Formats: sequence, structure tokens, C-alpha cells
Amino acid sequence: MTGRDGLQIGLYLVALLALAWPLGTYMARVYEGKDTFLSRALGPVERLFFRAMGVRADDDTTWKDYAFAAIAFNALGFFFVYALQRLQGVLPLNPQHLPGVAPELAFNTASSFTTNTNWQSYGGETTLGYLVQALALTVQNFVSAATGMAVLVALIRGFVRKESSTIGCFWVDLVRGTVHVLVPLSFVFAIVLVACGVVQTWSPYAASSLLEGTTDAEGRIGESLVALGPAASQVAIKNLGTNGGGFFNANSAHPFENPTALSNFLVMLSILVLPAALCHTFGAMVGDKRQGWALLATMLALFLPLLAVCLWQEGAPNPSLAGLGLDHASNMEGKEVRFGIASSALYATVTTAASNGSVNAMHDSFSPLGGLVPMWLMQLGEIVFGGVGSGLYGMLMFAIIAVFVAGLMVGRTPEYLGKKIEAYEMKMASLTVLVPAATVLVGTAIAVSCSAGRAGVANPGPHGFSEILYAFSSAGNNNGSAFGGLGAGSVFYTTALGIAMWLARFWIMVPVLALAGGLAKKKMIPASAGTLPTHRPLFVAMLTFVVVVVGALTFIPALALGPVVEHLMQHG
Amino acid sequence: MKRALVDAVKKLDPRHQAKNPVMFVVEVGSAFTTLLFFAALLGRGETKPGFVAAISVWLWFTLLFANFAEAMAEGRGKAQADTLRKAKTDVRANQVSVPKRDAAKSPVLASQLRKGEFVVVEAGETIPCDGEIVDGVASVDESAITGESAPVVRESGGDRSAVTGGTRVLSDWLVLRVTANPGESFLDRMISMVEGAKRQKTPNEIALDILLAALTIVFLLATVTLLPYSRYGASAAGQGSAVTMTVLVALLVCLIPTTIGALLSAIGIAGMDRMIQANVIATSGRAVEAAGDVDVLLLDKTGTITLGNRQATVFHPAPGATEKSLAEAASLASLADETPEGRSIVVLAKDKHGVAERRVDEVGGVAIEFSAQTRMSGIDVDGRELRKGAADAITKYVQGHGGSFPSEVRAVVETVARKGGTPLVVAEKATVLGVVELKDIVKTGIKERFAELRSMGIKTVMVTGDNPLTAAAIAAEAGVDDYLAEATPEAKLALIREHQAGGRLVAMTGDGTNDAPALAQADVAVAMNTGTQAAKEAGNMVDLDSNPTKLIEIVAIGKQLLITRGALTTFSIANDIAKYFAIIPAAFATTYPALGRLNVMHLATPESAILSAVIFNAVIIVFLIPLALRGIKYRALGAEALLRRNLLVYGVGGVLVPFVGVKLIDMALVVLHLA
Repeated sequence: MTGRDGLQIGLYLVALLALAWPLGTYMARVYEGKDTFLSRALGPVERLFFRAMGVRADDDTTWKDYAFAAIAFNALGFFFVYALQRLQGVLPLNPQHLPGVAPELAFNTASSFTTNTNWQSYGGETTLGYLVQALALTVQNFVSAATGMAVLVALIRGFVRKESSTIGCFWVDLVRGTVHVLVPLSFVFAIVLVACGVVQTWSPYAASSLLEGTTDAEGRIGESLVALGPAASQVAIKNLGTNGGGFFNANSAHPFENPTALSNFLVMLSILVLPAALCHTFGAMVGDKRQGWALLATMLALFLPLLAVCLWQEGAPNPSLAGLGLDHASNMEGKEVRFGIASSALYATVTTAASNGSVNAMHDSFSPLGGLVPMWLMQLGEIVFGGVGSGLYGMLMFAIIAVFVAGLMVGRTPEYLGKKIEAYEMKMASLTVLVPAATVLVGTAIAVSCSAGRAGVANPGPHGFSEILYAFSSAGNNNGSAFGGLGAGSVFYTTALGIAMWLARFWIMVPVLALAGGLAKKKMIPASAGTLPTHRPLFVAMLTFVVVVVGALTFIPALALGPVVEHLMQHG
Repeated sequence: MKRALVDAVKKLDPRHQAKNPVMFVVEVGSAFTTLLFFAALLGRGETKPGFVAAISVWLWFTLLFANFAEAMAEGRGKAQADTLRKAKTDVRANQVSVPKRDAAKSPVLASQLRKGEFVVVEAGETIPCDGEIVDGVASVDESAITGESAPVVRESGGDRSAVTGGTRVLSDWLVLRVTANPGESFLDRMISMVEGAKRQKTPNEIALDILLAALTIVFLLATVTLLPYSRYGASAAGQGSAVTMTVLVALLVCLIPTTIGALLSAIGIAGMDRMIQANVIATSGRAVEAAGDVDVLLLDKTGTITLGNRQATVFHPAPGATEKSLAEAASLASLADETPEGRSIVVLAKDKHGVAERRVDEVGGVAIEFSAQTRMSGIDVDGRELRKGAADAITKYVQGHGGSFPSEVRAVVETVARKGGTPLVVAEKATVLGVVELKDIVKTGIKERFAELRSMGIKTVMVTGDNPLTAAAIAAEAGVDDYLAEATPEAKLALIREHQAGGRLVAMTGDGTNDAPALAQADVAVAMNTGTQAAKEAGNMVDLDSNPTKLIEIVAIGKQLLITRGALTTFSIANDIAKYFAIIPAAFATTYPALGRLNVMHLATPESAILSAVIFNAVIIVFLIPLALRGIKYRALGAEALLRRNLLVYGVGGVLVPFVGVKLIDMALVVLHLA
């Protein structure tokens, strides 16, 4: 790693923390229904939506109603996205006349985009026309992110409210998150991206003649078709909403999606900014900003060492190429020369720490341990920053478990933010930890046990195992990045991964909301000297320890048979 | 011990194990490996029968050790229950139809007595049932219940009117109204409590069980899925064979939190037992646990914060008298006074002014006893007539002798009273000699204990019938956080409700019938054994020693219970890291020899590595039984200091200890040629 790389990473962290603070405070005001500097402009839009949806700004519902609304809304979105894909052939705004999408692929994509996963078993420019990209996928990019934030806000209300049976209104939170946060941010960011060179057009793909023609089986080719489309508007929200679904198949490695070092930097920043900012939103809403800092510190404590491992591994030469007389000081395979090692390793860590999943390099070509980092970041449950909203509510589940164990160790019934953590809370928190772990482990087990699963593997052996494990880790934690190498377009994988994504998203969301409802009903216990402070370094260490131990103990055996043994074999 | 060993085997009953998900998984695993062993014997096994047998045996041991821990904890209670049961022999009782000693008696068995009936108990008889004294005074031997051999006086009316079945009347007689049906008496409840027969899981235990069950499921998934993973690995690598079932079961049992799972119920029982050792009977484990959560302690002033009686502290001489002459007069006047207050005057005169302590007959005087008419006491000696009493009584006495009460002395009387003391005026006929100041004496060391409580985050509130000024003075001296002066039962109840509304848990002690509503409202309510039946029923604990300071101990025991659970959970989970390092390289040795690099402990062979981990997992339970029974020492530190300490010992220790332990066991196996 050069000094310039270090400077870039340092600059990245400073910019991230500097942006997260004001944004987080702004969001707290938005969700508390207070005025902001944008209220005058956006207030009427918000009221228009409320009137159209038949809700009022002060509507308040129980957790069950909240959960029902969230799931019903996402289910509707799912059917809408599915239908648009299937009917693509007869719908307008399809200049390339792409046909309707096959049912299993349409299912997979619909599941993927409504669950904020954005796993892509299709190639953007060859499968989907402009209408589906804009109306189905981009819309889901907004509302799936807004759903995640809404659920988080409902959970925060659970902590804040005393002896209350309600946790807010899903529709109100959904509209506020979209109108006040996601749309304005995306609007500004899309324009910046266009300025960087990302394409934004409705015109059909452009034909360009090749300087030097080439031949294939059918004869001489003198022309190539350059894919275009309304990319910038989708790329902005794809990153801000931790969605990650690329407009083009090559995702953020594509020059029209991520043209320059500057756009690369800004995109990485946009991936983590909302999840980081939500920590501050949490702190502001619970009335103790230090609590937000503590969670952000925990995320950084997990993120930075893993980033270091990835940088170190990718910066090291590939032992298989030793002795060939090549200049291979670092592992450049699968990486864009525009970005190099540090930007690729940072991007890979960022995109899997957050549940983004867009890529600017091929993770399959990372060194075994370099590839272990993104995989394990997902397996931790997408809580190191994680998805917008979902990352923090996942982290809060771990905080509840950490508080429980720590609370016992100081001799009191554990409490977090003044709420007692008892059997019901443990049940819900345990479920949210169990579900993704089970999805990943069982999904991988089924895949390696059946021929349909084994068929997709490009590199049988430990690396092939990693490819399958990575796919299920990605889907089972709603990340959406692909290791590559795995032929995930088969009926088996599109179906299995589609189900995994759906389970991971909603089987967690419901217990989280149930927990929010339970917490809201509880009394608030005033803190005393006997209460364990949850904003201090010791608790940050405890929480980090719990996340690492649970994540490590669950996945060590699987990882040992994948990247770990591959690394050991490579380094004989 | 012997009984515990037998019980350990009896507890293998799957119906018993099913209550504990972690240990149930171990039992299923043990049974499964036993089957695998028989399959191996018949030549259809997956690996060497000796290895399967060794794993299987140690898995059964794991289970037995867990059962043994529980049986040990129960054993202590059982021994105590046996003693109690002896007190519960079915004695004959003399039932009467009307509550009079001389009413017609009909002999019945104690077990036939019902609530509301009346019995007469004469000297030398065992009291047949719990009851309320309606007539009579008697000295009662309560050693069967309290272990205290000195007899106590029980009488009708007031706060000393309750008696417990199984105790004995030593002198005089009593007429009782039966207050408990057979099987519901205090003794019955006590027996079932110490035996743990009705032990129900406490709220925190249930929450912990859920976490442990969730971890067990995670590990179950992590190990079960290893089978297809390793099959795939073996076929792709083209070498070695898939992991064996035996190894998978061994790995599973090592990973699931067996240490805490095995000791969880022992910890709970031992916590109850520690209460019993402290002579406190809790009606439920829930109450013990709640004690650890207490935020506010309501403490009665008298007996808890101050010594039971006021003591002389200062002599204030009247104009014309010296301190020494006042001391001499006061001492003489108190020679016949056997009350603690009177004794304290004599002691103070001796300590401060060297006034010798003598007997009344030595000085040749005539003692004047305190009487309700004069409200004075004193002595007539050598022609002197010394009297002491309250200011108004002495005023009357002095005026009777033609004297007057000096205004300076009146001023002293008022100052003393305002400071919370009791002024006793000493006079000789027409002359007032001065004032003896009696004061509440705050118990030594109590201030430090309150400081400790404060650092634990517990607020102390002194409850007293004194006026606010007096209360404030004593509160300041004792270092309590707050006080409730001129306390009435209603004011007490209101105070408890107010704290509870603020989300706090309140603990209190009480003994009188008028304490009952407050006791019923408090989260942790300790009734004194000397107290009334109503108080005992309202509370959720009974202190057999009737020592109000015990509340502080009870809180510590409650905390200790939770800390022990938390620390062993952390230890149990932290252990897993080392076990992975032992088992993972061994389990896949045939497919991926490269994983041998992870064998950081350099364990001899794959079999010895796995066996060592399993043995460590079983043996650690035995090593931790004493800790589980004794409980982790509670230190009155702030929450964070306590967590740091326990994390260091049980978290970091839990990571390191198994590396050493597994390696040592492996070395032993090599030495014994078992590897």
C-alpha cells in the first residue's frame, strides 16, 4: 500500500464521519416530524402523498399493523416488479426490444429488489429495458431502502416510548424517508455522477464502428453496440440505498457506471453514508447522542481490521505466479486498472460491510483471505454499517444480546436504554441472529448436496465451495454482491437464492417489529450507578466481542473448508 | 455426596433432561454415539470402535457431571429439609370450640386442624400449627425453625402474636387461632423451598435459556451442515473421506454451551441455598433474583440504622452545678434503672468522669422505680433525693419542693430535643442539676455500607416515626440518601408506589401488621420472623434472625446469583474458540491435510485432539461445580468496573484456559498410550 492509498482511505473515513453527523441529525428531525430547512419545499409533496394514501401525519399503529403494512407493501412491490419483467416484451420504452423475462429469473429479481438485496442473476443491458429498469428496479431501490429505515425508526420508538402500545405508522415513515431523505440526496448525487461521466439518456444503444474489426463464427464484425440508458439516476440510489444492483452487468466496474477515480470515491462514500448517519439518528432520537457514537464506534472497530486484512492480502503477490518472472507485486487479477488495489479492496470491504453488493472488481479473483473478508462481513449479518436501517436494527439486536450477557455479569436484570431485556426480547433477538445463519448454512448444504447446485461451480474444490457459500451468504444477508464464478442463472439458484433473500429480509423484520412493540410497552427504568453504561468503550468492546464470537463460531467450520484451506494450500 | 452420585444417575431420565435443551442435546448425542459404537463393534461402523467408545463414554460423563452438579446443589437443601421434617411430626392438639383456655377440649391430630379453628397449647407441648395468639403469654422455643436456642416471648395482641407450627411452648400457655390449613403451613413451605421441589425457573433464567437454546440451534446447524460440506470437499479433492458422525457429535457437544447448561440449575438452587444459609426463607426464586435488581432500600431507622435504644452522650450541667457533680448524681439516680438508657448513663459517667459503678445495696440507698404517675425514677441515699425524668415531670417535682426550673436548663432541653436527642433532666429536691442528653446511636460501619450501596446504584431511604428535624440529623449522620419522617403505614405505601411508578424496584423490611400493605406492595419484602402473621404473609421473604440489616446481604446474594450465571455463560462460549482449533484440523485431516497448520496446540493425533476436547468439556464442569455452588464473589463496585473485571477473568480467561487444558489432556493421553 502506497502513501497515496493510505491518504485516500484516511480521506474517505474523515469524509464519511463528517457527512454522517449532519445527515443523521437531519434524519432524526425528519422522522420525529419536525421542521427542517427543506420542509418548505418538500412539505407539500409529503402532504400530497399522505392525502393520496389516506393517512395523516400523526397516525400511530401497533407493531402488528406496522409489520402488516410493511410486508403488504413489499409484497405488492414484488408482484409489480415480477409482472413488469414478464410483460416487458409488450411494454413501451424498450428500444432494444428485449423479450419478457423467464419466470424463475423474474422471481429472483423481484425478490432481490424488494428485499434491498439486489442480487443480479441477469445482465442489465441484455435483459432489461429502460421501463423495467426505471419503473420497477429504481422505484424498489427507493422504497426498499425507505422500508428498512422505517423499521429502524419504529424500533427506536420502541426504546423511546414508555408504556405505549404503538410504534408509529409505516406509511408515514415510508413517505418521510423517501421524500425528505432518499429523493433529494439521490437527485443531487445523480447530477454529480452525470458530471463525472455516468450516462443518463433515453436514447437507444449507440452503434460505433470499431477501429480494428474482428471476426467471429458468423463472419467479420466491424461495429459494436454500446449500451446506454438512464443510468445515473439509478446508480445514485443504488448506492445511497445500499441496494447495489448495477444498471450494467459489470456493475461499478463499467466505465459508464463508475467512470473515474473521483466517481469511485463518491460512490463508496454514498454507500456507507446513510448507514453511518442512522447511528446518529438513533442517538438523537433516544436522547443520548453518545449511544449512537458507541454503535458507530463498534461498526468501525469491526470494519477497520477487516479492511486492513483485505488490503494486506490483495497487496501481496499471488504465490501461484511466483517464479514465473512476472511483475506481480500485488494481486491485480480481476481488478480495474483505473482503480488499482487499494480502491478495489476498499470498495469490496465497503460494499459488503454495507448490504450494498455493487462491485468494482471481481471478488472471485481476490486472494482466498482477501475474499474471506467480504464473505465474513456478510455472514456477520450485514450489521457492520449494513443496509440502510436494516444494518442498524441488526446491530441493535446484537446490542441486546451483549447487554443481556453483560448485564448478568454486573448482577442486574439487563437493561438497554432504560428498557429491561427479558425473555421476550431475547427470543426476538435470538431469532434475528438465527434466521440468516440458518439460511446461509442450510442453503449452502442443499446446494453442495444436489447436482443442480454443484453444476454451477466453475472451480470445484475449496474455491468452488467458497463460490456457493458466498452466494448464499450474500442472498441470506440481503447483500447482493456475487463472488462470480458461480453459474447462478440456473433454475435451482435463482429459486433457492430468491427464497433465501425473502426469508432473510422479512423473517428478521417481523421479530424486530415485535421487539419494538414489546419494548414500547415497557416502563422506563432510570439509570443508576448499578446500570451498565452502554456508551463507553468497554461496552463497545463487549459488543464487538459478541458480534465476532457469534459470527466466528457460526461460520468457522464452513470458512475452514473454503477460503481458509485454500489459503493454506496455496501457501503450502 | 453419596446421595448426589445416585441422583446423578437417576437424572439421566430423558424426561428430566428435556427441561434443559442444552443437556438434552448432549443426551441424544450420547445415545447416538453409543449406537454408533455397537455398529462399529459389528464391523459396520464408520471408524475404530475404541475411538467411538471413548467419545461415547465421555459424552455420558458430561451428562453425569451436569446431573451431579444439580444433585449436589439439591443435596444441601435436602439435608436441611430432613431436619425440618422431624419438627413436623403429627402431634396431638387440644381443639377448643371457643377461644378460652378452660373451654372443653377435644383431642385431634394436628393434620386435621383447619383455618379459623382454636387450640390450646400448654407448657411443654409442641405447637401443632401456624397460628395467631388470641389469649395468653408464653415463652416459646423456636430453635426448630430459626436455629436460635434462646426462647422468645409470644403474646396476644401487638406485633409478637404469631407462632409457627413445630415450635414448642416452654412455659405458660397459649390459645391460638389456626391460620394455615395442613400442607400450607410455614414449615411446609419452608421444606418445599429448601428442597427446591417447587423451584420454578426465574425470569432471567428463562431469558438465558432462550439464548442458550438459540446458540445450541446455531451450533447444531453449523455441525450438521458440515457433513454435506465435507462430502463435497472430499469428492472435489479426490482424497480422504467425509467427516464421521462420531466427530460431528463430539464437535457439537463441545460447541454448545454445556458448561453453563450443566450448571445453570445448580446455580439457581445454590442461590436459594445461600439465602437459607443466611437464615432467610424466600417464597420464590423470582424474589431472590429481584433482590439483585433492587434500586431503593427502605430501611427502618430503629434497629437497622441506629442501635435499638437511645444512649446517653453528653451531660449538660445547670448553672451552679459542675459536669462532674451532674454525672455523679445522674449515675446514682440510674443505678436501679435496668433499661438500656439507664445503663448508658452509668457507663457514660464512668467513662467520662470516672464515677464508679456500684450496686444500689452497696450505696445503701432506696431505689425509686419509674411509675406512670410520677414519670420519674431515681434513688434516695444519704438523705439525698435524686430524681431523673422528662422536663415536664421534673418541673412538677422541683416546684413541689418549692424550687423553680431554670430558664437556662429549659433552653438546653429545647436545643437537645431539636437536634433529635432526648433530654433527661436530673434534679435533687428543689435544685435542677442539669440535663443528660440521650441520642440515637448510629451503628458503626453502617455509613460505609450505605456508601457501598450507593456505588452499587442503590438508594437508601430511612423510615422513621421521628419528626423531620430529628430524622434529618440522623439521616445526615448515617449517610442515607433520603428519609421519610413521621412515617405512617400510608406514607410508606405511598413512597413505595412513587418509586415504583418511576420504574424502580423497592425493597423493605417490616414486622408489624400495619407494615403488611407496604410489604405486599414492595418488590422485595422481608418480613421478620418475630413479626405478625399478616406481615409474614405479605412479604416474599422471611428473615428467621429478624435482623433488618439482612436486607443488604439479600441484595448481594441476588446479584451474586446473576453474576455467576453471566460469568459462566461468557466462559462457556469463550471456550469454543480453542475447541475449534482442536477439532477442525482433526476432523478434516484426511481431506485437507493443509488444515493441520491450524493445529496450534500440536495435539498428537486427530483422535487424541477430538477426545481431548471432549474430555476437557466434561471435566471443566466438575472443576466449576464449587464455583457454581459458592457463587462468584460479589464486590460492591460500579457496574463498569464489575464488568471489566468479570470479562477479564471469565471472558479472556475462558478463551485461554481450554488451550492449556486441552493440551494437558492430550499430553496425558499420549503418556497413557491412549492417543
